[in-house]
Amino acid sequence: MAIPMATQVQFWLFGLLAVVSALLFVTRKSPVAAALWLVNTMFCLSGLYVMLDAPFVGAVQVLVYAGAIMVVFLFVVMLLNLSADDLKVDLRSPGVRAGAVIVGILMAAEIFIATRVALPPVPALRPNGGNAVTEVASSLFRDHLVAFEITSVLLLVAIIGAVTLAKREGSA
Amino acid sequence: MITESLFLSAVLFAIGVGGVLIRRNALMLFMCVELMLNAVNLSFVALSRVHGVDGQVFVIFVMTVAAAEAAVGLAIIIAAFRHFKSADLADIRLLGG
Repeated sequence: MAIPMATQVQFWLFGLLAVVSALLFVTRKSPVAAALWLVNTMFCLSGLYVMLDAPFVGAVQVLVYAGAIMVVFLFVVMLLNLSADDLKVDLRSPGVRAGAVIVGILMAAEIFIATRVALPPVPALRPNGGNAVTEVASSLFRDHLVAFEITSVLLLVAIIGAVTLAKREGSA
Repeated sequence: MITESLFLSAVLFAIGVGGVLIRRNALMLFMCVELMLNAVNLSFVALSRVHGVDGQVFVIFVMTVAAAEAAVGLAIIIAAFRHFKSADLADIRLLGG
């Protein structure tokens, strides 16, 4: 299946931006700067989702990840108010870093092998003429309804857990 | 575009793993885990083009779990910070390791 040149350029633009932002995110000293680079990575991923024909997931990515989760992270970063000397020694010892390099090489080898494996051809998009949200919704509320309902229990437990943990000891 | 997406996903996941191994700040570790979850989401979305829309549903579930995990994890970090006056994992030794 031939993909238009412009689409490919766009795809690699988003991909490259995502990887560069992720690298900057991992190497920033200040947690605030790191969190903002991570938000950038998530925006790029959202663009990739739209290009991969999943616009609903792309929108949810921006709303939930960039909009909600990362804002909570930034709140906590600013709440903890880490001082400058806390951040100076953020990087781990040379031994651990050498281990990280080895893991990186292993994963690079894995990627290399993965690119050799041929994938099955892509079927035509939406032969029955539905739209993206309808498809996701019918799968979510028909095939995965039980899992969806259990998710609400998970969220309730998470809320109660977070409130209990973050409460000051001794207060009611 | 699917092979490329899987490639990108693997690269992003590797960066996340590298971050978890390199950084010592508990908050940064958490954000690296989020990056890894995002990388996995990318491969889910890419493969949903081959195997039907279920992949996108899984992404929505992953996002829900990530949100719950972030809420509880950040509460733990706040509680630990209050106790140890530090977000550095080297200073947090609850199990006496």
